[in-house]
Amino acid sequence: MKLTNEELNILSILEESHHVSTESIAMQLGTSVGNVQKVIKKLEKEKVIVSYPTLIDWNKIEGKETIVAMIDVKVTPERGVGFDEVAEQIYRYPEVQSLYLMSGTYDLSVTIEGKTMNEIAAFVSNKLATIENVVSTTSHFMLKRYKHDSVIIEGNDDKDRRMVITP
Amino acid sequence: MSIDFQNYLSTTAKGLEPSGIRKFFDLAASMEDVISLGVGEPDFVTPWNIREAAIEALKDGHTSYTANAGLLELRQEISKYLKRNFQTSYQPEDQVIVTVGASQSLDLAFRAILNPGDEVLIIEPAFVSYTALVTLAGGVPIRIATYAENDFKVTPKQLEAAITDRTKAILLCSPSNPTGSCLNRAELTEIAQVVDKHDLLVVTDEIYAELSYDEEFTSFAAIPGMYDRTILINGFSKGFAMTGWRLGFLAAPREFIQVMVKIYQFTTMCAPTMLQLGALEALRNSTEQVEKMRQHYWRRRNFMVQSLRKIGLDCHTPGGAFYVFPSIQKTGLTSEQFAARLLQEEKVAVVPGNAFGDSGEGYIRCSYAASIEQLEIAMQRIGRFVKSLETTQENVLENVR
Repeated sequence: MKLTNEELNILSILEESHHVSTESIAMQLGTSVGNVQKVIKKLEKEKVIVSYPTLIDWNKIEGKETIVAMIDVKVTPERGVGFDEVAEQIYRYPEVQSLYLMSGTYDLSVTIEGKTMNEIAAFVSNKLATIENVVSTTSHFMLKRYKHDSVIIEGNDDKDRRMVITP
Repeated sequence: MSIDFQNYLSTTAKGLEPSGIRKFFDLAASMEDVISLGVGEPDFVTPWNIREAAIEALKDGHTSYTANAGLLELRQEISKYLKRNFQTSYQPEDQVIVTVGASQSLDLAFRAILNPGDEVLIIEPAFVSYTALVTLAGGVPIRIATYAENDFKVTPKQLEAAITDRTKAILLCSPSNPTGSCLNRAELTEIAQVVDKHDLLVVTDEIYAELSYDEEFTSFAAIPGMYDRTILINGFSKGFAMTGWRLGFLAAPREFIQVMVKIYQFTTMCAPTMLQLGALEALRNSTEQVEKMRQHYWRRRNFMVQSLRKIGLDCHTPGGAFYVFPSIQKTGLTSEQFAARLLQEEKVAVVPGNAFGDSGEGYIRCSYAASIEQLEIAMQRIGRFVKSLETTQENVLENVR
């Protein structure tokens, strides 16, 4: 799919901040609000714009703390049962945040989120490991999130250190 | 016996007009929660690879002097950069100097070319330092006023009218701080004819060259016949978001450079070594990031111009830099009144246009080196402020009736 410059510009504005108004986008690009809406609709329909997630640091909220684990899963794909089918079995679980097919020493990378270690352990042993074709799992618990989706969580670069007025 | 300090100060230094920005700064700095559109520097932090290169340079112990003109390696990169981006050709060995900011380049240029009484034409509204730098170098600044009707561009006719037998040089700044106005190739060519006819020099401040949005930037040095008459000044501050590094550069015919290097070795020695090594990385590996910042400024420029027009303020479309220069004449306030009241009533800081010369009266400079979220809030506040002025004006009229 080939996009026009304007469409690409709309995407890069939305990628930085999805709560920007269509009016603001139109003004930034010197086009009409109607046109921006049309482009966004089209790109949503084509699944170029997949969703508008909000990055929330739940660990800052009392009672909402979560534990995240990344699990390397090895799979033996059987004839007729490709990775896609195994993957579907895994991503159907609501606990699963993300799932990627990887090259290298394991096949699927699963990110899951739970309230406690036990909850995650239970998911791995009761659900993940019991799936046919899953050969092994290696769980890694996330200790700290430094950067997520290009956002530095506790960075200082966006701090404005400039003087109020300079020539 | 008490000393009268005034008797000991230089008359020239005392005679310099204080920057009009200064007093405004004190006022704005004393307030909290101010959204500032008064900042003449990028809101971006220097790209990480450039910062890292300077850190590495320090770690590796690059703490001694470099050649007066700067690291040869950096001058070579500058030479390539000038050729690649602006089609100008300068020999790194004897035609380029790395300076402490473009400001120092300007200082060097004027000290090198001016004799007492030599006149330099300055196109106003202009950067606050220009007249002072000319004066300090013994020259006489001759101001030429430009107006919004002509997009704040100087015309050959205006230049002709200002030229005397004392005129030595014209100082150009395109894209311009504070108006954002850009001189295109055709306009520069017209100026070149005047320069040639009157046997003048041009000092061209091209610090905002990377931030041109509508037309391709043309360096004055690239105009046919002008190479020998041009002292080209550029730097890292704006395009590469490196203001605090204080690194600029200057390129000129070698006869000029020789004299400037001489002055430089006596006054400064060289620009900071580890920062020069950071700048090397800037020229080698940051084209993409510079372009990304430019895209941001371009979008904000569009946003600002349209917002101001929606508010009802006349605003020419600036082709470059990161400033818009709208007229506030219809509010009936002076630039300073407008800026002071906007600051007090809506906590938005802008710079009154008259800080950049008399012809800036009736205008304000709004910098869009701020996030779009900040700009949106600032524009809402300015809109509210202008509206409140209209209501008061109507009330006054009512009362008169």
